[in-house]
Amino acid sequence: MQLKEFTIERVIAGYRKQEFSPSELATSYLDAIEEQNGRLGAFLQVDRDLVLAQAAALDSRRQEVNKLPLFGVPIAIKDNFLVKNWQATAGSKILKGYVSPYTATCVEKLESAGAIIIGKTNLDEFAMGSSTENSAYFPAKNPWDTSRVTGGSSGGSASAVAAALAVGSLGSDTGGSIRQPARLCGIVGLKPTYGRVSRYGIIAFASSLDQVGPFGRTVQDVASLLEVISGYDRNDATSSRAIVPHYSDHLKGATLKNVRVGIARDWLEGVDGEVRKSFDEAVKLMIKDGAKIVDISLPHSRYALSTYYIIAPCEASSNLARYDGIHSGFRAEGVTDLDSVYFKSRGQGFGAEVKLRIMLGTYALSAGYYDAFYGKANEVRKLIQQDFLTAYEDCDCIVMPTSPSTAFKFGEKAADPIKMYTSDICTLPVSLAGLPALSVPCGLDSQGLPIGLQFIGKHFEESHLLKVAHKYELERGEFPLPAGVDY
Amino acid sequence: MSLSEKYEAVIGLEVHAQLLTESKMFCGCRNAYGAPPNTQMCPVCTGQPGTLPVINQFAVELGVRAALAIKAEIHHESVFSRKNYFYPDLPKGYQISQYERPFCTRGKILISLGDGSEKEIGITRIHFEEDAGKNLHKGDHTQVDLNRAGVPLIEIVSEPDMRTAEEAGQYLRTLRTLLRYANVTDGDMEKGNFRCDANISVRPRGQKEFGTKVELKNINSFRFVEKAVEYEIDRQIRAIEGGETIVQQTRGWNSAKNVSEVMREKEDAHDYRYFPEPDLAPLQISDKWIGEIKNELPELPDQKKSRFESSYGLSGYDAGVLTASRDLANYFEGVVDVCKDAKTSANWVMNELLGRLNAVGKDIVETPVSAMELANLISKVQSGAISGKIGKTVFEEMFETGKTAESIIEAQGLKQISDPSALEPVVRKVMEANPGQVAGYKAGKVKLLGFFVGQVMKETKGQANPGLVNDIVKKLLDS
Repeated sequence: MQLKEFTIERVIAGYRKQEFSPSELATSYLDAIEEQNGRLGAFLQVDRDLVLAQAAALDSRRQEVNKLPLFGVPIAIKDNFLVKNWQATAGSKILKGYVSPYTATCVEKLESAGAIIIGKTNLDEFAMGSSTENSAYFPAKNPWDTSRVTGGSSGGSASAVAAALAVGSLGSDTGGSIRQPARLCGIVGLKPTYGRVSRYGIIAFASSLDQVGPFGRTVQDVASLLEVISGYDRNDATSSRAIVPHYSDHLKGATLKNVRVGIARDWLEGVDGEVRKSFDEAVKLMIKDGAKIVDISLPHSRYALSTYYIIAPCEASSNLARYDGIHSGFRAEGVTDLDSVYFKSRGQGFGAEVKLRIMLGTYALSAGYYDAFYGKANEVRKLIQQDFLTAYEDCDCIVMPTSPSTAFKFGEKAADPIKMYTSDICTLPVSLAGLPALSVPCGLDSQGLPIGLQFIGKHFEESHLLKVAHKYELERGEFPLPAGVDY
Repeated sequence: MSLSEKYEAVIGLEVHAQLLTESKMFCGCRNAYGAPPNTQMCPVCTGQPGTLPVINQFAVELGVRAALAIKAEIHHESVFSRKNYFYPDLPKGYQISQYERPFCTRGKILISLGDGSEKEIGITRIHFEEDAGKNLHKGDHTQVDLNRAGVPLIEIVSEPDMRTAEEAGQYLRTLRTLLRYANVTDGDMEKGNFRCDANISVRPRGQKEFGTKVELKNINSFRFVEKAVEYEIDRQIRAIEGGETIVQQTRGWNSAKNVSEVMREKEDAHDYRYFPEPDLAPLQISDKWIGEIKNELPELPDQKKSRFESSYGLSGYDAGVLTASRDLANYFEGVVDVCKDAKTSANWVMNELLGRLNAVGKDIVETPVSAMELANLISKVQSGAISGKIGKTVFEEMFETGKTAESIIEAQGLKQISDPSALEPVVRKVMEANPGQVAGYKAGKVKLLGFFVGQVMKETKGQANPGLVNDIVKKLLDS
């Protein structure tokens, strides 16, 4: 069997034709990961025993392949998700060795649908970063060019799917952490509407922005995964009761005819030549298929970066207070009193970027600063959201580049936080507005690195969004795999 | 001019009341006192990574009941906030509370004072919050018990309307009674289910501005509320008189030494970095829901008091005493239900039962004499089966031993003798033994009638029906 050929549909078809058993397939993936992970750093934990136990249980339930939509499909999970008996480090030393006492709701849903959890993937510490260089363990590498970053923070989940080390994966997206690495690794990544997927069991970074979403090789795969993980969860008071459509069925007969596609011209300024060219070609393809282009304006989105870097650090500073050296995770050696437990454990346990953001947030929430920072940022956030709602009076979806530049070299942006933060300039406004968006590969640059097109939809209208993206994907044709993925 | 004439205290109280829910504020763990350490906890209330809070709807209902009991405004939308600070008993590193937008504001209660006057005390706000765990200090180390972490509380903040320690004590008692009536809290101070902090300042009488306030903590028993407040007022007055400036600080009441001690100065005050809890949508409380809760609200003390006055014909004072707690009121009604005589029941409950309970320092719920048994005893007196005097003796015995009136009367042969044929011989015997008094009576000293009745009662060890004895003595002496 050839792992590089597997989509969800192909895996299910293989089981139906009895080409392989869940155990055989899982073993192939485990072997491939063992061989490739040293090169790619995509996984932080792969536990053969845990994987094979899941596969063996499915071996004896072969007839259920017709009932379970993800029967025996190997899925990788970002290491900031809790999966019982697996570690959950969030890419941080402060949670080194932390074993999950329970399973995240979305992962439980995957398991009930028959998926095999194949491993826990690498990420920027506490999902804070855009390159996975902030992982406290090792950086994840881009399968297209291992001297380059995967993007982040869900770099491991993107790399794993791009390198065919998992059929699909889950990531979390706070300001672009699914879409940006999907784009840099040449795969499809979706951030659903805030509230679409339960956050219960996801290690919180910025609660009002964090959202779980799937990675896949195709829009079809992403739709199938979204269908499984979505829905109301009584353990998450911010999860939505909106009904979950059969996203994957809805893709059939998708058309771009008379679809009004919004483009914000001012946003395209500063997008570099090759990315711009690829974007224009994608738009042409959509016009050819019947889409109507509408000019829209998102004037407040220029404040998205500043707004995001107030709101996210504020919430993070509070969310990360629980890692105090007392209740769970790392406690420093040689502590003498309560203050030293806190100072040393947190001082040694957190990495530089995390500390930077905790300090930013702590400062911004301090007495006397709240109104000027967190309060003001939330007002701007409403304006950014309102811009989108106004735009949607004239269009059905919006397209824009997923990020301004292709995969960069290790260290290229690490020294300058602002430069790094700017890689998310096209994804941040969408996160602040809580809208669904996905990145679909739309071309390669002159260095052979993938470029991505971001489709942005209306709240809870993932169904329409996926249809449009799916139709575009069909028009675009087959997207290549990275060289070297030949197993 | 005495110091208390020269100065006036200004007191506001902050009360934390634990809600009588089955489960915690934001998870399904049991809310029960006294379980072994760290047995009532789950990933949510221990702050495990990835967990999220979900609001306990019944806790909200109890909060609404409290708001109704103090006639406050209930807000259709309120917001939970995070109060951020580090402490080992706080597993998330923040407490979920309500800050800028509490669910309830502008309430009031009426308190009664020793001089017979009444005073209205304003209540600024009530908000929801979760309790922290408990640190247990053992020698050189500290252990943390998280059973209490996440237990639902309401915090009730009064206006600075109180001026004396008595008012503070009465406010606290009245508030507790109200909340216990409404089944909001058990109000048990000793278990920490009802906790009180006082903000106290003093100012020269006539001055409008408040003095610098001191927060007094650890007032955790009704036994020393007044004492603690009084001490702190006195300390501040003395300090001012001594030329000191009162500094804003937090003090704790040391109930062993009967003094307040500095806990922390103002500059050590935390910056809690409050911000709206992003894991919870604003709390919605609809008029419809409030209406339903109101309909099921138990009768409150003032309603019960006026009902006792109107339907039982009790005096305002008696009705007030009998409605001081819901348990006492229920007890009283239990007695009336059986013996049907409200005034007699009120006398027995207030004079005999409460007298005895107070003497031994017990609460009505600990009474060894049930309402049914007391009613049986009263019925026996009313029917003449025993005399009122013996009734009281029997009650004493019931209180001491917990036995029924029936069994005591039976065992000690205390049944009243109401048979004339049994009493006549006794009367004759007494007359024969006291010829002088018989002659005196016949000569016109009618007051001697009481002497004969008394002698007969003595002979029968009080069991004779005194009315009947009276009749027989009169009949035989006059014949």
